[in-house]
Amino acid sequence: MTQTHLELSGVGIDFPTPKGPFTALNNVNLKVRDGEFVSLIGHSGCGKSTVLNIVAGLHKASRGGVLLNGKEVDEPGPERAVVFQNHSLLPWLTAWENVELAVKRVFGKTKSRAELKDWIAHNLELVHMGHAMHKRPGEISGGMKQRVGIARALAMQPSVLLLDEPFGALDALTRAHLQDSLMEIQAQLGTTVIMITHDVDEAVLLSDRIVMMTNGPSATVGQILDVDLERPRNRLALADDVHYNHLRSEVLTFLYEKQRKIEPISARATATTQAKKKTEVA
Amino acid sequence: MTAQTSTHPWRKLKLNLSHRLADFNPVQWLTSLLLPVTGIVVFLMLWHVGAGQINTSLGTFPGPVDVVEQSQSLWQGHVAEREKETAFYQRQEERNAARMADDPSYSPTIHSYPGKATFIDQIFTSLVTVLAGFLVSSVIAIPCGIIIGLSRSTYQAVNPIIQIFKPVSPLAWLPLVTMVVSAVYVSDDPMFEKSFITSLFTVTLCSLWPTLINTAVGVANIDRDLLNVSKVLRLPTFTHIRKIVIPSAIPMMFTGLRVSLGIAWMVLIAAEMLAQNPGLGKFVWDEFQNGSSNSLGRIMVAVLAIGLIGYALDRIMLMLQQAVSWDKTSEQR
Ligand SMILES: Nc1ncnc2c1ncn2[C@@H]1O[C@H](COP(=O)(O)OP(=O)(O)OP(=O)(O)O)[C@@H](O)[C@H]1O
Ligand SMILES: [Mg+2]
Repeated sequence: MTQTHLELSGVGIDFPTPKGPFTALNNVNLKVRDGEFVSLIGHSGCGKSTVLNIVAGLHKASRGGVLLNGKEVDEPGPERAVVFQNHSLLPWLTAWENVELAVKRVFGKTKSRAELKDWIAHNLELVHMGHAMHKRPGEISGGMKQRVGIARALAMQPSVLLLDEPFGALDALTRAHLQDSLMEIQAQLGTTVIMITHDVDEAVLLSDRIVMMTNGPSATVGQILDVDLERPRNRLALADDVHYNHLRSEVLTFLYEKQRKIEPISARATATTQAKKKTEVA
Repeated sequence: MTAQTSTHPWRKLKLNLSHRLADFNPVQWLTSLLLPVTGIVVFLMLWHVGAGQINTSLGTFPGPVDVVEQSQSLWQGHVAEREKETAFYQRQEERNAARMADDPSYSPTIHSYPGKATFIDQIFTSLVTVLAGFLVSSVIAIPCGIIIGLSRSTYQAVNPIIQIFKPVSPLAWLPLVTMVVSAVYVSDDPMFEKSFITSLFTVTLCSLWPTLINTAVGVANIDRDLLNVSKVLRLPTFTHIRKIVIPSAIPMMFTGLRVSLGIAWMVLIAAEMLAQNPGLGKFVWDEFQNGSSNSLGRIMVAVLAIGLIGYALDRIMLMLQQAVSWDKTSEQR
């Protein structure tokens, strides 16, 4: 019924360094269904952004590859829109113009001028940026910038939306608000989403599956957790939910017991056993 | 209270003004004015005293008073020359009109005024030359800088050449440029004087490098994330350059342009002096050769004029930078 939309098989990458190649990722396997919301979680520096960049086509995998709808991905493209860790808006363009650049690129040939305008406005409204569309990034807050970044990505109507810690730099209130909008938008559009996060609550609240990564070097998928909570989800109702808290504690256990950053030798040992186990999971 | 929140434009203006007045700090304003004025006054005093101590074969070194006198006399000389010129043309016209009345088949020829170029004329010539040379160098340097900055291998290939030519003095280029211009620029009815072309290219050759290097560095150091945005959007090369590369390189580009214009102005004066090409440099040289008792004072006027014009050119570039740049907080010194 739900077929594989995106597939990473045996992905590994070596970065050239002065001290020889550094194997950041090794044998990463993951299948993502159409319309699924997957979170990547793991300690800082383990290689989450690298995985995302490989899917985006911004990095080339040294081993293995990425398939999107059965076709190999080897360069970036607008069907895999990225929301970058630090918003990455062009500082010399207004919020409107930033979204316009992307929209014109994707729909410039198929939509009329009026349709383009409506579409840009619609996407900015979607992230509640209607009141400040004509301001430059330097004139709006961090949360607003991040929202414009999300609007830009959504406006491209990507088949996969890649989010790199999209709410990392925001205060708790703004973050909660944006998480709710993201859930709403994703439910509406049915976009496939891969989101990096280091916030356990965020991962459990938003995801269908949580992919937990082992520590690098040679990081890989350690464990995958199915989040079988009913949608739509309500953060207040879930706070006291037994199952929600159980899922939460599983992620925490993985991060703080199985993948503690202090003992590199045992960590590497778990990493290899986890990698073996992984094949069965996928 | 309602007046405060009203959006009526006139009230807004009034509100704005009262805010401005509230911001106005008389002490700060005075010190910001007082310090430069003090600096200038002290300098003038030191100059006046110091100049009196230096004796040359052409009299004492010119002090502030001589400079004021000489600048007045130079201005009067300019006005007088202009009057003579208009009178000259008027006489010609009257004479031609009279001959035409006598003999209708006579076709009049107008002789151009043979008078000497005044100080003001020389300033004008130098300004036109420096702007033309700077324009040519910018038109070459900016596109080349963008191309060099876009590709690491081009940068590595071109870098040694730039580094070698960058420190070359205009005086070394001048003979070569003069010979090449005389050989190549031959025309019966030249649009420009040869001397103009020679000065122009010498200026261009020397002021090319800062713009070229700064543009290339600005382009090469574009934020990785912005490049990634461009890649994800798969922007075509031309759009990529127009929308991403040029805007992010503009601050560095202008830093280069300002240095280039400063160099262009310095180089031009030296080139005019050496090649006897019309302009402020020639004025200085002529006065030096002339050796009258007024000469040193006049040279000093020229020195100050060169400094003031250089300063004004830099300010204009800065204003241009602020008008063009998206980042209004970029360096303003
Ligand atoms: N271009 C590169 N050259 C060399 N090493 C790199 C490069 N990019 C990433 N790395 C290394 O790969 C590893 C993974 O980096 P990555 O940015 O993917 O981590 P991350 O999980 O996203 O971390 P964070 O949560 O802090 O963002 C790190 O050890 C990093 O040093
Ligand atoms: Mg990262």
